[in-house]
Amino acid sequence: MNSTDIGNPWVNIGIFGAFVLVTLVIVFRASRQNKSAADFYAGGRNFTGPQNGTAIAGDYLSAASFLGICGAIAINGYDGFLYSIGFLVAWLVALLLVAELLRNTGKFTMADVLSFRLRQRPVRMAAALATLLVVFFYLLAQMAGAGGLVALLLGVDSRAGQSLVIAVVGALMILYVLVGGMKGTTWVQIIKAVLLIAGAAIMTAWVLAKFGFNLSDLLGGAVEAAGPGGEALLEPGKQYGADGTSKLSFLSLALALVLGTAGLPHVLMRFYTVPTAKEARRSVVWAIWLIGIFYLFTLVLGYGAGALVGPEVIENAPGGVNSAAPLLAFALGGEILLGLISAVAFATILAVVAGLTITAAASFSHDIYANVIKKGKVKPDSEVRIARWTVVVIGLIAIVGGIYAQNQNVAFLVALAFAVAASANLPTIVYSLFWKRFNTSGALWSIYGGLISCIVLIVLSPTVSGSEDAMFPSADFDVFPLTNPGLVSIPLGFLLGIIGTLVSKEKPHPEKFAEMEVRSLTGAGAEKAVAKH
Amino acid sequence: MSDLSAAEPSGETEYQRVQRSPEFQDLRRRFRNFVFPMTALFLVWYFVYVLLANYAHDFMSIRLGGSNITVGLLFGLGQFVSTFVITMLYARWANRRFDAQADTLRREIEEGEL
Repeated sequence: MNSTDIGNPWVNIGIFGAFVLVTLVIVFRASRQNKSAADFYAGGRNFTGPQNGTAIAGDYLSAASFLGICGAIAINGYDGFLYSIGFLVAWLVALLLVAELLRNTGKFTMADVLSFRLRQRPVRMAAALATLLVVFFYLLAQMAGAGGLVALLLGVDSRAGQSLVIAVVGALMILYVLVGGMKGTTWVQIIKAVLLIAGAAIMTAWVLAKFGFNLSDLLGGAVEAAGPGGEALLEPGKQYGADGTSKLSFLSLALALVLGTAGLPHVLMRFYTVPTAKEARRSVVWAIWLIGIFYLFTLVLGYGAGALVGPEVIENAPGGVNSAAPLLAFALGGEILLGLISAVAFATILAVVAGLTITAAASFSHDIYANVIKKGKVKPDSEVRIARWTVVVIGLIAIVGGIYAQNQNVAFLVALAFAVAASANLPTIVYSLFWKRFNTSGALWSIYGGLISCIVLIVLSPTVSGSEDAMFPSADFDVFPLTNPGLVSIPLGFLLGIIGTLVSKEKPHPEKFAEMEVRSLTGAGAEKAVAKH
Repeated sequence: MSDLSAAEPSGETEYQRVQRSPEFQDLRRRFRNFVFPMTALFLVWYFVYVLLANYAHDFMSIRLGGSNITVGLLFGLGQFVSTFVITMLYARWANRRFDAQADTLRREIEEGEL
């Protein structure tokens, strides 16, 4: 089957074009009030909880979670569903332990909180490096995914054509972030989240209607369409249950997912776009409902694609498992629904990439340039100017990286981003918020230790060498058997934070801890919203 | 608002005085008493679920009353339910109990009454 056999690429491009046009107008309107650093980095801190919660859902529900999870459920059944649960439960860590306290103590970035009561420059540098690495891994995965999506949805099969589309996506993203700053990015994410969730809701209702709103019948349909052995779709273990090692790999992934989310820098940065900690709480509550309901939709859509399209057709389509949701849309509503869903998938990549870019820009400009290089002696104007330049540079890196990485197996990059977030960022966030004794040395041990162990273990894992679908299939240095480093690196990150703290002779700073603790819980002295004009 | 992080003649900052105050100690105790056990609860429940799905395939594959619904699916949906319930419980507790106390304390700190 050829990619051009399904749907009409011009319908897909037309609908996507309309999305770009509408969001561009909104971004330009939103940009009129972009004056200060708080405007550029944090959207003036004027978004409401529900708005920010929707934007968080738009930031978090990447193409991987829409196309990837639908496809995983269609092909692997229950194991695909397991994946989405970790992504959701993780939000409770953010809700209970991180969101509000972070909003009350920080200003623009994750490093603001980590360096609050520790020695500014080394900790900020470490936190900024962790941020940039996580964002880079995540960004590359999104851009590489865009290439595959192009093949599937626009009928562009040539490498040059795909590269061109990646460049267009990158250029659009630069434009959005440059012009709109955090405000523009937020609106793109809000619109995208609404479209994505509404589209998924319509398809879910449609699929359920076909099976008389009976979940059991839907599952039965998927089992039947899968042919002999289809029963396994309803049982755990189809994807991860092969042997002891693959089970441990899954355990490792489950740990990284649940602890990684609250350490993802682009998620953390969204908490600064609201005026108060209470609104940060409302944001997460909204985000949890939207994300949770969306993942319930993907359960129906995944089994629906299995039942109505069939796993064999999906696996043989261009784009493979990622084509499950678009093929289902085509089977249900023909080329118009396919066009809508394709446009939504593109909007998804655009919105997620924009959120990642502004996070990286803030981290480089605010943490590394303003606070480490210039030691805080910098005018807000020039800080924002550097941030804008960083946006352009990151955008270009993303385009080049995306073109280079297409057709590579980059799924491990997202796993790596979550593992780094859980092993390097979360321990430091938790310790600095809750552990009085914690010091600079502990933070550095835990950030660098978590970071390095993640990268080393991934490089030594079967995702990079020694297996058929590895990055370098012909090489063979896979001494670490698990595909995800979390099971080792996350406990290591937490442990190194403790050891680093205890071996250091650094003088404790009870006055800084008092300030952080009082501010984090009461909101005294927290950054205020920019007054509306 | 004066500079709260500046040291006073006693060698202590105002933040440290607030931190020692019974009002703040009470706020902190309430927060931790709610948030820490809740975190432990959902993490344990999540890992029980992951371990069951990973190592108890036969149990999770049991069909319920002739339908295609498995025990594993119910457990999975249970994770959604528990996440939604904990979210609502926390939001209700924070809105009704925590905010009022934290806001009072914040006002007192910012007006220098503590």
